[in-house]
Amino acid sequence: MKKISEVELFASGHRACAGCGCVLAMRHILKALGKDVIISQATGCMEVVSTLYPETSWRVPWIHVAFENAAAVASGVEAALKKLGKKWIKSVAIAGDGGTADIGLQALSGMVERGHNCLFICYDNEAYMNTGIQRSGLTPFGTWTTTTPIGRERRGEDRPKKDIPAIIAAHGAPYVATASVAYPFDLVEKVKKAAAIEGPTYIQIHAACTPGWRIDTAKSIEVMRMAVLTGAWILYEIENGKLKVTFKPPKRRPVADYLKMQGRFRHLTDEEIAGIQKMVDEQCKRFGID
Amino acid sequence: MKEVISANEAAAIAAKLARVKVISAYPITPQTAIVEKLSEFVADGELDAEFIKVESEHSALSACVGAAAAGVRTFTAASSQGLMLMSEILFVASGLRLPLVMANANRSLSAPLSIWCDQQDSFAVRDSGWLQIYCENSQEVLDSILQAYRISEQALLPVMVCFDGYILTHTAEPVDVPDQKEVDEFLPPYKYPYSLDPEKPLTIGAVGVPEYYEEFRYMLHEAVAASREKLVEVDEEFGRRFGRRFGLIERYFSDDADIVLVTAGSLSGTIKDVVDDYRAKGESVGHLRIRVFRPFPSDDIVDALKNAKVVAVLEKDISLGYGGAIFTDLAAAFANRGRKPPLMINFICGLGGRDVSPMDIREAVRQSASALQAGEVKRNVRWLGLREKILGLRA
Amino acid sequence: MKIAEGAVILEPGSSIRYETGNWRTFRPVVDPKKCTSCGICWLYCPDIAIGVIQKGKPAEIDYRYCKGCGICANECPVKAITMVSEERS
Repeated sequence: MKKISEVELFASGHRACAGCGCVLAMRHILKALGKDVIISQATGCMEVVSTLYPETSWRVPWIHVAFENAAAVASGVEAALKKLGKKWIKSVAIAGDGGTADIGLQALSGMVERGHNCLFICYDNEAYMNTGIQRSGLTPFGTWTTTTPIGRERRGEDRPKKDIPAIIAAHGAPYVATASVAYPFDLVEKVKKAAAIEGPTYIQIHAACTPGWRIDTAKSIEVMRMAVLTGAWILYEIENGKLKVTFKPPKRRPVADYLKMQGRFRHLTDEEIAGIQKMVDEQCKRFGID
Repeated sequence: MKEVISANEAAAIAAKLARVKVISAYPITPQTAIVEKLSEFVADGELDAEFIKVESEHSALSACVGAAAAGVRTFTAASSQGLMLMSEILFVASGLRLPLVMANANRSLSAPLSIWCDQQDSFAVRDSGWLQIYCENSQEVLDSILQAYRISEQALLPVMVCFDGYILTHTAEPVDVPDQKEVDEFLPPYKYPYSLDPEKPLTIGAVGVPEYYEEFRYMLHEAVAASREKLVEVDEEFGRRFGRRFGLIERYFSDDADIVLVTAGSLSGTIKDVVDDYRAKGESVGHLRIRVFRPFPSDDIVDALKNAKVVAVLEKDISLGYGGAIFTDLAAAFANRGRKPPLMINFICGLGGRDVSPMDIREAVRQSASALQAGEVKRNVRWLGLREKILGLRA
Repeated sequence: MKIAEGAVILEPGSSIRYETGNWRTFRPVVDPKKCTSCGICWLYCPDIAIGVIQKGKPAEIDYRYCKGCGICANECPVKAITMVSEERS
């Protein structure tokens, strides 16, 4: 544990669900960043569970303004810090699916395009969880959500995940990475690396939602680990346009091992699972995992 | 030093004199010159500020909120659709009690699309918790923005300085531009008590649970109402230092006039001309200009109109299906005063850049005089300058 | 408690006043004989309900905040943690 700070900048008493992967991400992000940050956060699960007035779990300066503007607020903070000459403080934006990929995409794009010295972190639990598990642009193909229910005519999410890392890399961001709460050392290293780079950097963290994914709370970390071991979630970096996979599972497991742990995929037929396996195989081939 | 400039330039110069550190604005007709002028100042090193070339007005105000919370003086400018897009954050900004100043070039609202002048945009957000100042001319724009920084930083409330699109933004007039040194003496450095600082980690923007939300709303409401005093104080000090003061309202022969025409913005200039003509002929007509609309200076207005028999409110905005904002607030101001209020008529005019001419104003006076003679107002809300011919072409 | 304008929260980490321990239906029990002080449970606790583990000492659960998710029990490499029903403990 020597590589991870023992200082807790995120406090107990938050209202996250038991087993929440996202709140663990918050804890580890802060361990990586240290105290000299200003967090601009979007409306969402992590914002709501951590700041019910008069209680806050944050032990760093933190501001929440609205849902779609974390990147814009962080841009303003960064500009202020520049003018104040406070070079040692980093402006960091944190948002979930919606605040990153959907309603927040415009502001994120603007922040990256303008080249602000900000780190944007997306905690990806693959749906709009705070409002009760509605699909997002990051909901994977085939997933049950409340807006992609399993019915007679339609069966779950019918669109693939929007590739935000690729979009941000296409903007020319110097550093883009994916991480997983189940691989905390990798996560902490990446956050530290991204924060140290001067310019717009982006990290998307796969983070489990126990009610949203319909999983046993105790298996939260295990499920996130399985995502990586099956290639459903790939850990990589894109540094100045160059891709580097940071973890290759030694013997990639069938995606069914991941899907079968989660109630949100319970409806899938063997044929549908095979279809998802094909998609995962193609993705793994593209990244050179195997 | 006197310069011949437009209201847009005046606004940009004011922001520069205020030594703003972060500018975050998106261009929109007819405010674009503000953004452009400030870009020039920054590019030339005349203004030491970060100019964030945001990708929308919503992000513009969001970035200002972030920067203001992080501890610097900011500036943004909006108009019409841009102000509407920003409107989500307007409410957040006042709720967070951040010192912010914005210039708004009053422009009409879509649909149908209109780039021309009226005041629907800023009146549509009168509930946002922002203080609102309506300027008659470009001098007032420059001066009000300087005043706004003092007020907003003392009261911890955001302030919107409004001025008519095209009429003020695209015409030039002589404006006395104060010296930087004089402004520095008037405007102390920015100070926000809850600055985001790792040495003192605060949480800004928490969830206002039901046990607390109403109290925060009450405190905000009280603060906006109480800012009346600060507006007066700062205006008086500004007057002492710069020789110009404006007041919350401007009385123009309104004290003893039977018919008083009320308005906000540049239309006041035309009304004053018409009032002069009437008075030259011995007619009892006066004018009251409302400069500060939020907080609504109810007491000041009721006092100014205490001798009026008919109040004609001419305004370039409408709450659809009902009436104009100034009229409805003014009528409410007369409630429960223990005496009979004057007759009041609302004249909606000048929408979408429709010119309001002296002829239109005389029509309003004529209708007011009729009402006075009849002792009653049969129709509260009327439209001036409406082209009946067009309405007659309806399919 | 002072109320600041704009609902600014002045006290960092004030959420510790809210003890989430009463959310539990199961509680983790550490077997001190099996615990190797590896720190994995500390690392993975979403509620920071396990303090930093001193070498040679077993993990200690802060039952004021532990929500009983069971991650610690599931991740422990030596199975030193058991989830016990709250009713029976």
